[in-house]
Amino acid sequence: MLKIKDLYAGLEGKDILQGINLEVKAGEVHAIMGPNGSGKSTLASVVAGKEEFDVTRGYITFENEDISELDPEERAHKGIFLSFQYPIEIPGVSVTNFIKTAINETRKAKGKEDMPASEMLKMIKEKADMLEIDRKFLSRSLNEGFSGGEKKRNEIFQMAMLEPKLAILDETDSGLDIDALKIVANGVNKLKNKDNAVLVITHYQRLLDYIVPDFVHVLMNGKIVKSGTKELAYELEEKGYDWIKEELV
Amino acid sequence: MSFKDKLLSSYIALEDYLEFDSPLHDVRNTAIKIFEEKGFPTKKEEAWKYTSLNSLLKKEYSIFPKVENAIEFKTVKEYFLHDIDTYKVVFIDGVYSSFLSETTHDSLDVCLMSAALNKSKYKPVIEAYFNKVAKSDSLTALNTAFTKEGAYIHIPAHKEVEKPIEIINFSTGSEAAMFLQPRNLIVVGENAHVQIIERHQSLSSNEVLTNSVTEIFAEKRAYVDYYKIQNDAETASLIDNTYISQERDTICRVHTFAFGGNLVRNNLNFYQKGEHCDSTLKGITILEGKQHVDHNTLVHHIAPNCESHQDYKGLFAESSVGVFNGKIIVEKDAQKTDAFQQNNNILIDDKATINAKPQLEIFADDVKCSHGCTIGQFDEDALFYLRSRGIGLKEARALLMYAFANTVLESVKIPELKVRINKLIANKIGVSLGFEL
Repeated sequence: MLKIKDLYAGLEGKDILQGINLEVKAGEVHAIMGPNGSGKSTLASVVAGKEEFDVTRGYITFENEDISELDPEERAHKGIFLSFQYPIEIPGVSVTNFIKTAINETRKAKGKEDMPASEMLKMIKEKADMLEIDRKFLSRSLNEGFSGGEKKRNEIFQMAMLEPKLAILDETDSGLDIDALKIVANGVNKLKNKDNAVLVITHYQRLLDYIVPDFVHVLMNGKIVKSGTKELAYELEEKGYDWIKEELV
Repeated sequence: MSFKDKLLSSYIALEDYLEFDSPLHDVRNTAIKIFEEKGFPTKKEEAWKYTSLNSLLKKEYSIFPKVENAIEFKTVKEYFLHDIDTYKVVFIDGVYSSFLSETTHDSLDVCLMSAALNKSKYKPVIEAYFNKVAKSDSLTALNTAFTKEGAYIHIPAHKEVEKPIEIINFSTGSEAAMFLQPRNLIVVGENAHVQIIERHQSLSSNEVLTNSVTEIFAEKRAYVDYYKIQNDAETASLIDNTYISQERDTICRVHTFAFGGNLVRNNLNFYQKGEHCDSTLKGITILEGKQHVDHNTLVHHIAPNCESHQDYKGLFAESSVGVFNGKIIVEKDAQKTDAFQQNNNILIDDKATINAKPQLEIFADDVKCSHGCTIGQFDEDALFYLRSRGIGLKEARALLMYAFANTVLESVKIPELKVRINKLIANKIGVSLGFEL
């Protein structure tokens, strides 16, 4: 589904990602772990198409199509979703209106009519219930005055509504207490099936107790330096990252 | 002959028709002398540093409106808030249109300045209020000298006006270029409530320059909610001079929506004369092309324990120019004043300009005054967030514009008007989002 080949990317002539190779297949859950500043969030943003970053080498394909040059919205239309570490506040635009706009813009891009209002409402209710989101919450301005946990839950709600093929969860666990974490993880697991994939980006192993990865990759200095199964995450939790650094030397 | 000279000689001609025995005649004579002395403002004056009237004053304007031009209701329907549920005072080329208007004398007066000036029963009100709060700057004086027509609204004490009042000035293409000077007087009695919507609308591509003066008097505990819709044709220019006198315990709110027109200058002045006044001045400005809009606000805190809230949002595309000059004066006696001023601007294109100048003159020592002014571009992170949800660049920008303007929009208290303004914004930015805010 997603193939990243020898990817170098960065800001203002300085590469943050230094030769990433990664393949995520349908039905898989991958976790990318690494210390602060290793390039985890950059990788997430580059895959989602943030224009601020320059791709200097390599390429990204999604379902065998090179998406390196596509706009963020075009990537979204193809089924890539990024759950933001720091979701943006949009005053005056309710959660409901925002998600309606996002869904209908995506449908428009695919040449489809707007989703009928009744269908939209039904879907909103269903997904909100799944994530234990209160109705009142949906009429609030997007992310404005939301707690950290509410913002993250709202990100997963959007993911549930947009039904992406590839969901990238960037530090979704940060700012969540254990109950909120379980709800969010539970939501992600319910959305997971054999045709879609999840890329979990996290600093800690904690989230991976609930969203269990098939593969774990360690990112350091813009490179994937070690890959393994979920056991690798436990090892990192226990021993930190220094032993990998030593191993590399 | 310069436009100034033309106006001065027209005044001499006008004098023959004027009410000679009325005290108003002296007011006019004084006013024309002020105009003669000061002339039109130039960029040399501090208050006009960023706005030049030069190119407008070179045009050949016709000064006196001719007979009423008939306009069919259906051609102007879109400019009215509502078919039936409003009072309407409508002028076509400065002349009252009885056909399009819906005035009243039933427990309140919503009628014409010309009637108020000439009928003896209005004399006490005219003598008590006319030209009593208007400043004696040259443009206001020019309007005073030529005062002939406009809206006259008198709400008696304790009257809550049940539907909004619309004041609409249409201009047609029957004259090559037209100079209009509407004069409105609005007196809101003790504990009375009123909502007013004012609009200037050119119906042709002929040049029109309007120099409008509105005086509003809020007697104690009165509530005045006033909306200015400025979405005129690109050949129309407007100088709006509005003066609001607030007695104690009054709430006065003015919202200005500046989306259209060639050059617009808003001189909006609040005078808080009694304690516990509350003044709100808010605006959304969205410009493109070569449009130029200058908001010049004054809040004069004269009495103690009053509040003022200003919030102006501006979005400037292409080579448009915005000016925000917000002055707050807190007099020595105006202790415990709480004055707040905010002005946020987004420059959409490189060639757009905003000149923002907050001015605070504080002579009292126990006050809370704050102001914030920002000038920026669209937040790239916010755009990326929206686009990553599948929303295209144009729509994402539009959504951010709505979000940006929202603090002003949400304080519009007439739901129907809010819907209209939503539509005007959508038209202006060329994007329909498929929902109302």
